[in-house]
Amino acid sequence: MPDDDLTDAEEPAAAEEPAAADEPAAEEPAILPEHVGMLAKLQADLGDALVEAVSNHGDLVVRVRNDAWHAAALAARSRLDCEYLSFISGIDWTSRPDPPNWDPDAPSSPVQPKEVTYGAAGSDGRFQVFAVVESTDDKIQVILKTDVDEADPHVASWTDVYPGADWHERECWEMFGVRFDGHPSLRHIYLPGEFEGHPLRKDFPLLSREVKPWPGLVDVEAMPGGAGEEAGDETAEAVAEGGE
Amino acid sequence: MAVTEQQQQAFIGKHLAEAQVAVELQDEDMVLNIGPQHPATHGTLRVVVKLDGERVVAADPVIGYMHRGYEKLTEYRSYPQVTTLINRIDWLSSFANEVPFIHAGEQIMGIEAPPRAVYIRTVLTELSRIATFLLFLGEMGAQVGAITPVFYGFRDREYVLNLIEAATGGRFHPNFNRIGGLKDDVPAGWIAETRRMMDKVFESCDTFENLLEGNEIFLARTKGIGIIPGDVGKGYGVSGSNLRASGVDWDLRRDAPYLAYPEVDFKVWTHPGGDSWSRYWVRLQETREAARIVVDLLDRLPSGPVMAKVPRIIKVPPGESWVRVENPLGEMGYYVVSKGATGPFRVKIRSASFSNVSILPWLLKGVYVPDLITILASLYFILGDIDR
Repeated sequence: MPDDDLTDAEEPAAAEEPAAADEPAAEEPAILPEHVGMLAKLQADLGDALVEAVSNHGDLVVRVRNDAWHAAALAARSRLDCEYLSFISGIDWTSRPDPPNWDPDAPSSPVQPKEVTYGAAGSDGRFQVFAVVESTDDKIQVILKTDVDEADPHVASWTDVYPGADWHERECWEMFGVRFDGHPSLRHIYLPGEFEGHPLRKDFPLLSREVKPWPGLVDVEAMPGGAGEEAGDETAEAVAEGGE
Repeated sequence: MAVTEQQQQAFIGKHLAEAQVAVELQDEDMVLNIGPQHPATHGTLRVVVKLDGERVVAADPVIGYMHRGYEKLTEYRSYPQVTTLINRIDWLSSFANEVPFIHAGEQIMGIEAPPRAVYIRTVLTELSRIATFLLFLGEMGAQVGAITPVFYGFRDREYVLNLIEAATGGRFHPNFNRIGGLKDDVPAGWIAETRRMMDKVFESCDTFENLLEGNEIFLARTKGIGIIPGDVGKGYGVSGSNLRASGVDWDLRRDAPYLAYPEVDFKVWTHPGGDSWSRYWVRLQETREAARIVVDLLDRLPSGPVMAKVPRIIKVPPGESWVRVENPLGEMGYYVVSKGATGPFRVKIRSASFSNVSILPWLLKGVYVPDLITILASLYFILGDIDR
């Protein structure tokens, strides 16, 4: 009975998968009608510093030039009334290098594709800083993104626009090494002061995973009595499939 | 009139002496270190405050004692494994934590959970809210010196935790959400039991009201203390009940509908005060409102499966999604970036307490030391939610 269910479930999903992958690609350039007005207001202030804008799953994503990052915050705050800062964070778009004792066939950890691809509204290079601001009166939100130079990652600080940016920028600096120009005291927030490196960069190894591969389902001992053994094999296979 | 040299020196000498006296009388600022281990901080928050007498001149919260690096760890795990981690961000309302992450995955995959699963998710989210707030109501009393409420708080929260345990198998870490629905349906008899318990929740809300609102000490210690103006709160990213207590009418359950909230008629409580008292009062009303939502949803619980058809191995197609919801502590959101693998490429966790606490350097300036403790209690943060 459970077996039937599983096989049933797998087939339609496999058929759907390519369709699901095509859909967002076709939709992507479109801006949702409710975002057109918001975008026009930002465009008026930012001009050609606004590089790209898309609607992604119901949210407006706007990518601006690095030197217009501060202007983007001001525009969002004054034009769109976005007084509420949700967060500022960063992303490293490169793929993770394999650990030294990595076996690509081992199903121990989810394998990310090796080729470098960029998300909604694209990116020029490896690092991006993104933030979400919201208007509590108009109930709208904007996702702002900007590209950050890989060799000298820096961008303007938002602390004079949103006081809450202070901690978020400290975190982003600590985790990605992105310097925020104009930040009053860029120091460690989570990690001890003497910590070296930027942990959320993809080339920063997760030591526990270097020493020992992820002890996933493959390590589970078979249950005594046969039935469990079968299930155990199945899951191991399933994980192997997923890992490809 | 000419001033002689002698007069000039006498003048300077007098002023120097006065300056000397002023320097001697001036207190040196004292630095007081609160935490990291302190009962008032619910964990390991350290606040370094500079005092002038009893008054705080400057405050610097030091966080990170409980930093577990979840954003990094999620990059090494598959989607079902990530829910185990995010259960432990805000451990008082773990179920509510899971929902936005699962939603983000479902959004990228284009899967929708069946109606029954959506309703049960909503019910369990509201139960988490009740559990969190009941503990808050108890704690809030304890922080100003009233010991009785904390016992009621823990007792009454247990009613709700028992319900969560009966449905999910875990009191604190349910790990019950799956991409596409829920692990299981609720057990037989659970709905009737939940209804019965909601009556008790209403009762215990009345108990807290009677215990605290007529208590002069409680009023004196909370009214007008730690005022957050709405505009300042928004700039710092303060959210949830803390922001509603500053008169900002903003609730994601209503303003960015998710789960079954669009189908429920509920009131968003606000208070114009912005002080510790308002934060307490708004949470008390929201506890009652949550119980009403639960009863309302249970009356209309649709039948059917609790799990959509999903592939056995969850592979999320490339894409990214930002999902934020109204958690008991405030706005909780996940920015999930997928590159088509079995695990997420990057997960940015936006937790409510981090932003709620980031206002402390501003808020604590000029308050007295004993008020500092009530302000910390009224902001109501969970350390796991700050440090992630």
